[in-house]
Amino acid sequence: MTSYLSVRDLVVHFPTVDGVVKATDGLSYEVERGKTLGIVGESGSGKSVSSSAILGLHRGTNAKVSGEILLDGDDLLQLNDEQMRRHRGRDVAMIFQDPLSAMHPYYTVGNQIAEAYLVHNKVSKKAAKARAIEMLDRVGIPQPDRRVDDYPHQFSGGMRQRAMIAMGLINNPGLLIADEPTTALDVTVQAQILDLLQDLQREFNSAIIIITHDLGVVAEMADDVLVMYAGRAVEYGPCKEILTHPEMPYTWGLLSSVPDLTADTNAKLIPIRGNPPSLLSPPPGCAFNPRCDHRDKVPGDLCTTQVPDLTPARSGGNHVKRCHLANPDEVYVAEVLPEIAPDLVKETP
Amino acid sequence: MFAYVVRRCFTGVIMLVVMSFVTYFLFFASPLDPGKFACGKSCPPALIKQTDKALGFDKPWPVQWKDFAVGVVKGRDYPEDPALRKSAPQLISHCSAPCLGYSQVNLINVTSELKDKIPISASLALVAFLMWIAGGISLGAIAALTKGSIVDRGVVGISLVFYALPTFWMGLFLIEFPAIKWGLVAVPSYTSIADGGVWGWLSNLFLPALTLALFYMAGYVRITRAFVLESMSEDYLRTAKAKGLAPRKILVKHTMRAALTPIVTLAGLDFAGLLGGAIITEQVFNFNGLGKLAVDSIQTFDLPTTLGLVLLLAAFVIVANIIVDILYAVIDPRVRVG
Repeated sequence: MTSYLSVRDLVVHFPTVDGVVKATDGLSYEVERGKTLGIVGESGSGKSVSSSAILGLHRGTNAKVSGEILLDGDDLLQLNDEQMRRHRGRDVAMIFQDPLSAMHPYYTVGNQIAEAYLVHNKVSKKAAKARAIEMLDRVGIPQPDRRVDDYPHQFSGGMRQRAMIAMGLINNPGLLIADEPTTALDVTVQAQILDLLQDLQREFNSAIIIITHDLGVVAEMADDVLVMYAGRAVEYGPCKEILTHPEMPYTWGLLSSVPDLTADTNAKLIPIRGNPPSLLSPPPGCAFNPRCDHRDKVPGDLCTTQVPDLTPARSGGNHVKRCHLANPDEVYVAEVLPEIAPDLVKETP
Repeated sequence: MFAYVVRRCFTGVIMLVVMSFVTYFLFFASPLDPGKFACGKSCPPALIKQTDKALGFDKPWPVQWKDFAVGVVKGRDYPEDPALRKSAPQLISHCSAPCLGYSQVNLINVTSELKDKIPISASLALVAFLMWIAGGISLGAIAALTKGSIVDRGVVGISLVFYALPTFWMGLFLIEFPAIKWGLVAVPSYTSIADGGVWGWLSNLFLPALTLALFYMAGYVRITRAFVLESMSEDYLRTAKAKGLAPRKILVKHTMRAALTPIVTLAGLDFAGLLGGAIITEQVFNFNGLGKLAVDSIQTFDLPTTLGLVLLLAAFVIVANIIVDILYAVIDPRVRVG
């Protein structure tokens, strides 16, 4: 059985005057209905670009997109613009990071939500508005019949994101892509929005791709995790596996840089040193090698000359990683774990 | 909203009062003697003095300004001099409110003088305005959608060429070639709707309006292009696309709406300015509108007419500004006050 969404060898390249920006290079993943995939990575790692490709948002730009994006068996990349348009918002919906700029300031929230319904359904404007009110109610906007006529600037940040979710889910799409849905919101609202997404997922049985750089969000939401670095997947597998037995130094770095709320408040944060690589001329070999603390454990100059393949992790399962280290699981337990969770190491001698 | 409009109208009236005061001051600051001008060539000093008295030029200018201001509200009687009025009551003519004064040069009261000319200038402004708005916005949108292509460069380049050509050249060209040499259209002379019907009115306005429209259009092409491009990179356009809207709907409903605010700003001011008369174009086409009147009245030192024109134009600009501000609120809900 194939998954609802199956992305195979997706490539998104942007030709520029300085050369080709390889924003996404050979990305593959699958999501089933009712499941959530978390895509994690730093800014510029290709998270958003690869997800926008699913909606065909790069059409009409100079981006070169290739590979396969199978949605319920149809390859979206083979469709013409008009066929693609019919999928947008109906089968695949997307919600964006900043709900204030993602909504048109000149139209009411209700108008914009109803518009999403009207495009794909032959109903009257009145029926569409009623449906918009119903969705606003569903996402927890109080007095939806009155707030439907408000403009986006009259909503709070959390309400705007709720309204965006209502807009995204109004056609009951099979796949919802949430591009950093909680980044612009404060922490308590973040939790509410994530809860809401989970409730709605159960109700509509849709697949969700949640793009984030917050591992906390991933831990709460995701069934599977895809860690991206410089346009490629560097680690991919079940969420629990990745969070407990990561086998790629970049993932270790992400885990290390999460502040530990129970630790000594004077404890230092451990950032990943260096900066994300340029996608125009990524470092040769493993793109992470200039920032990797464990490069010296790999014999020869493998790290700087050869891109590692995605290989099954030592811990088994569906977990794959892209690293030359021969024994990443042992290195993690011996060197990384004591740093990020000293308590855990003491308990298990 | 209503209170806001009332407030704006009130400040507009104050601005008009100040404008008229400043115009009076500037006029009397010049070394010329208006009485001498009104009296005519080789006028004996006694007659000049009498003319001064009859037209009220003998009083200090702030008093004259006060008489004028009262006349606007209540109307006034000429001649000014009470003694003359008593001795020759048959000379009294009443200038009813709003009385903008009496033109000693054209021997007519300014209000009715302006009333004759306004339809000509307003017709010209209106037709030109519609032409350049339609042309400028659609060409600007086309340029934005084909950004970087030959079409884009062609549209922007040609509109700049028309902008660079002086209106007197364009006007003369249009009279000389399409009208006279090629005989495509008749040489225009203003015909009111009452005289020539809508078609006669419109066809005679076509060439002068085109002259103005070609000149004004460049700004609208550029501003529409710039703001359409800007709004195309906004996040909400990505949202609109992600919803599955058709490209045409995205352009008309989401992109153009956002570009409307700057266009309305520019259009309001340009239209108001043009209502006050297109000086060069009216001269070239020999249209007897406000622009031609303005030039004539300044050359003949016709204070009442000049003053009336200044105030009329100022009123147009002030009203246009108020309308533009109201339109902002209609276009952009974030501007709406309480």
